[in-house]
Amino acid sequence: MDAMVTETGLAGSAKEINIRDVDLFYGDLHVLKNVNLNIRPGEFFAFLGPSGCGKTTLLRLIAGFNTARNGQVMIAGKDVLGTPPWKRDIGMVFQSYALWPHLTVRKNVAFGLEQRRLPRAEIDRNVNAALDLVGLRHLADRRPAQLSGGQQQRVAVARTIAIEPKVLLLDEPLSNLDAKMRVQVRRELRDLQQRLHLTTIFVTHDQEEANTICDRIAVFNDGQIQQVGTPMELYEKPTNLFVANFLGTANILNGKVSGAGTAKTFLVEGGGVLPIPEGAGVPENGRLVFRPQYATLGKAAEGAVRLPGTIVHREFLGATVRYGVKIGSSEVLVDQPFHSGASMLETGTAADVGLQPASALWLAA
Amino acid sequence: MAYALSSPSQRVSSRPGQMAAVLLIALFLGVFLIVPAGTVIYTAFTEKGTGTFTFVNFFDFFGTDLFVRSFWNSVYVSGMSVVWATVLALPLAVITTRFEFRGAIVIQTLGFVPLIMPPFVGAVAMQLLFGRNGTVNLLFNDWFGFKLPFMDGLNGVIFVQSLHYFPFILINLSTSLRNIDRAMEEAAQNLGASGFRLFRRIVFPLAMPGYLAGASLVFVKVFDDLATPLLLNVKDMLAPQAYLRVTSVGLTDPMGYVISVILIAVSIFAMWVSAIAMRGKDYSTVQRGGGGLSRRQLGPGESVVAYGVVLLILLLVLSPHIGLLLLSFATVWSFSPLPDAFTVAHYGRVFGESSLYIKNTLIYASLAGLIDVVVGGAIAYLVLRTRIVGRRWLDWAATSALAIPGVVLGIGYLRTFYGVTLPDGTPLATLWVMVVVALAIRRLPYALRACYAALQQISESLEEAAENLGATKLRTVRRIVLPLMMGGLLAGFVTSFSTAAVELSATLMLIQSNSDAPIAYGLYVFMQSPAGRGPGAALGVIAVVMVALCTLLSHYVIERRQKANGMAK
Repeated sequence: MDAMVTETGLAGSAKEINIRDVDLFYGDLHVLKNVNLNIRPGEFFAFLGPSGCGKTTLLRLIAGFNTARNGQVMIAGKDVLGTPPWKRDIGMVFQSYALWPHLTVRKNVAFGLEQRRLPRAEIDRNVNAALDLVGLRHLADRRPAQLSGGQQQRVAVARTIAIEPKVLLLDEPLSNLDAKMRVQVRRELRDLQQRLHLTTIFVTHDQEEANTICDRIAVFNDGQIQQVGTPMELYEKPTNLFVANFLGTANILNGKVSGAGTAKTFLVEGGGVLPIPEGAGVPENGRLVFRPQYATLGKAAEGAVRLPGTIVHREFLGATVRYGVKIGSSEVLVDQPFHSGASMLETGTAADVGLQPASALWLAA
Repeated sequence: MAYALSSPSQRVSSRPGQMAAVLLIALFLGVFLIVPAGTVIYTAFTEKGTGTFTFVNFFDFFGTDLFVRSFWNSVYVSGMSVVWATVLALPLAVITTRFEFRGAIVIQTLGFVPLIMPPFVGAVAMQLLFGRNGTVNLLFNDWFGFKLPFMDGLNGVIFVQSLHYFPFILINLSTSLRNIDRAMEEAAQNLGASGFRLFRRIVFPLAMPGYLAGASLVFVKVFDDLATPLLLNVKDMLAPQAYLRVTSVGLTDPMGYVISVILIAVSIFAMWVSAIAMRGKDYSTVQRGGGGLSRRQLGPGESVVAYGVVLLILLLVLSPHIGLLLLSFATVWSFSPLPDAFTVAHYGRVFGESSLYIKNTLIYASLAGLIDVVVGGAIAYLVLRTRIVGRRWLDWAATSALAIPGVVLGIGYLRTFYGVTLPDGTPLATLWVMVVVALAIRRLPYALRACYAALQQISESLEEAAENLGATKLRTVRRIVLPLMMGGLLAGFVTSFSTAAVELSATLMLIQSNSDAPIAYGLYVFMQSPAGRGPGAALGVIAVVMVALCTLLSHYVIERRQKANGMAK
């Protein structure tokens, strides 16, 4: 496969994308607020965030379907904002796939090449290569309506990569597939991206999709980039409460910082004192944040701090049991591994939540 | 479909009331549609006098120069009308759906205006504006020293018809364009297409089903139209020939029937083409995550061109109305760009001696609309809510009226009912009631669609709830179904009413005395003589205003009802 790809030239050299000081308005609505981003050549990059956060807006800005009030979008060092969509050479796979129903699969894939006035033989070669790449050459003469959702998605990808775009944009490409197909297709996408070594941006609201296939993720909220990092970084070291909550489950407790220097401690509202490890940044009005699986119930390990609480509910999740524990006026979740014969704690009983200071974070509200 | 629908109310075996409704409707459709149409076809294929099956009438038809020429003239006029209607509709549809354009709603609304006036009424005004010695040619002659043959012979028919029927293309094409997913266009831009190539390769093909639906409708309407060519004194076309044969040679002449069969065949062919086109209608469904086509901002230069084109087309399209209005107030208008002087005398005359026409029209069109709503509503209920035997046949029979041109229905009525006489000796065919029935039959397919739409919007559980609380079927229909359907029924009534009010083709065959005549017939009579043009135009203006007012009123009523129902939910 690899050899064929290079022979047909579908793999080009990867381009860098730089987004600088972008502000975008829909009427009076400030949709993108001073967005700055650097996407490295060949990177599989995700825009992650809830709906209405501006991630698709930014993608469409890169493709040329939106206009920014100010800022720059540089692709391989060249600002493209003044270029119309049809001259940008940026491949985009649409959420609805946007396959033209009046054209066959082959015609759909050939469209972009025909617009570029390539010789017929070259068009045929590229179309075949692109269809081979997604494994759909045998369906080339079908109409889009005769294909399954997964096949349509692959045709949409083939149509886009056939023109050898500078970068590849994927707008929620998995959202119209069923759960099982989604897992398969996202692997295929990752595979394809690696082979083509194509700088790719993937828009999604699903953290699992972003985590599983992307090198780095930009988390969006309210028109702003909250944090950029690898999936692990975002999970382990979120820089604000939004990111901590959006990726995985986070427990948040209010409290007060007391003391100074090496003897700083955090007084948790509702009882418990946590020594703040040296070097841990604690912002003004910071709140204590930890993941459910990093805490224990009952017997606390050595070095762990005990936060007194009461069990208020219990959910059996299979591999783990998730307890809801009331500490003061807040409720936290604690995951305990489940194994056969393990004793369960009953709701209503008092239980201390054990937490290692090293597993804790303090984030600004 | 039939298997999927299996709610309890449908499993209940047919009731006597439903059976009676089916039989009554079947009788009505049988006597007033199937038998007359069948008679026409039968007569075309039988030997005159003997009743044996033969093709000889068709050989005669195609052996006669006049008929062959008429046939090709009809094809040519219909085809060219489609072409010119497209030329008018395409820019309006594209500009209003794909660009940010002030007044898009005004254009779409004005686009409907031609439909509420019979084309032949406009024809007279068009003669005065565009004819050899009309306003435009007089000005052309003064300025440039030449005249253009807008209204000469077949050109006149094409011109009048394309101005009148282009809204069918405008409406269908605009709907199709609006329903194209914006991503379809963006994907093409993303792959390097823009401007005209993008339109030609992606946008227009996607709008094709809607365009073909509109175009085939225009073709059929023009092919079947009788009054416009007659009024423009073009006799060598098929519909006028059928009329002339029956009225001059007589009811026994087979040629009128042969022409009728050809008219029916062409109608069916055009509908078949349209159905084929609509089979791919999933083209135009907006997909998930998409919106309608994006509207582009016009540049300053483009704006000037766009507004220029739109204004020119609107001026052209509304010229029959403007001309008619001028004519209705004109003392003398001949060999001059504008009338010599203005007067209201024509209106006085129309309201004095011709108010009979207005009264007749109101009666006929109301009755026709009422019949349509009752029959259409009943068929819709039987098809959608019962499993009674023969309900589909009723649907098909009623819908088949689409394929029967007015001339053909008129000829069929004359042939079938002329022999049937009332006690006082007048033939049944010439009774004014027959005009009402013919109008009702002609409009039934449209009213039926409106009734279907209205009933489909009502959830069956609303009826089941009523039955659950002890209401009988009849009571449920009266207390629940009818009130909820009222908006749709009203819409159906108004469509039937407003189109029946200005229909002429069947009426022209059936009306025997002036005292029974509706406006359309009166207009036709007035417009025949130069002296009658003034009053004729006044009558035409009254007809247009009447239809427009009824349409507006019904829109208002329907909207209010919908709002009220929406709030009740």
